[in-house]
Amino acid sequence: MADVNRGNRPLSPHLQVYRLPLPAITSILTRITGHALVAGILLLVWWLVAAVSSPGAFAAADWLVRSWLGFLILTASAWALWFHALSGIRHLFYDQGLGLEIEDAKKASWAIIIGSVALTLLSLIIFFIS
Amino acid sequence: MRYITPRKAATGLGSARSGTAHHWQMTVSSYALVILTPLFMIAVGGAIGLPQDAVAAHFGRPFPGIITALFIVVGMIHFIKGTRIMIDDYVYGSANKLAIIASNIFGWGVIAAAIFALAKMAFTTPAI
Repeated sequence: MADVNRGNRPLSPHLQVYRLPLPAITSILTRITGHALVAGILLLVWWLVAAVSSPGAFAAADWLVRSWLGFLILTASAWALWFHALSGIRHLFYDQGLGLEIEDAKKASWAIIIGSVALTLLSLIIFFIS
Repeated sequence: MRYITPRKAATGLGSARSGTAHHWQMTVSSYALVILTPLFMIAVGGAIGLPQDAVAAHFGRPFPGIITALFIVVGMIHFIKGTRIMIDDYVYGSANKLAIIASNIFGWGVIAAAIFALAKMAFTTPAI
């Protein structure tokens, strides 16, 4: 603990005047999507419990699931789930010491963004076809 | 304390006094969820919008029932441990402990509700 540098350290850039690099944005979105998935899982579990409760309870849950709001929540949840999954896979690579260079992190960020949107569209297409 | 070295007192204790167990548990559940997520999307996607008896029959079958149960159990444990990281980052003192307790109650409540519903569907659906 000897020789601690106090009060003479370089200041980190303040969040409000610092343009976040893409890997920082996808990193923050990983946390946000993970926690936002609460909405999707609550809707799904409510719908499951309602299905074994009563016809009235199921009608209410089914109405919300099939409404435009339900479509919005489920589609957003699907995207959040795919985004969090792809970003989580990147974390598993990070843990192995792979993909930590800035250029690699940028490429992986684009792959996560494009991949999550593509997988969400694919999920919707499969859902509405079948 | 006086008779042990500072090194001895610190060995095996991370900043959270639990070493790397939390990170390892997140890693294990991550690998499980990489496999479960696509299967879960298929299992649940096939049932959204069906009538009540068809929903019960759908999740009464082995594949959708087991995958959905596994996804929600592993997913919510992953969620509880994930919120723990965020709580430790942003909430301090007593509020920190209360938030961790609330997160655990919420997570296990969701697991209990989902398992109850899926079990009822599995055990009341007539075997085909």
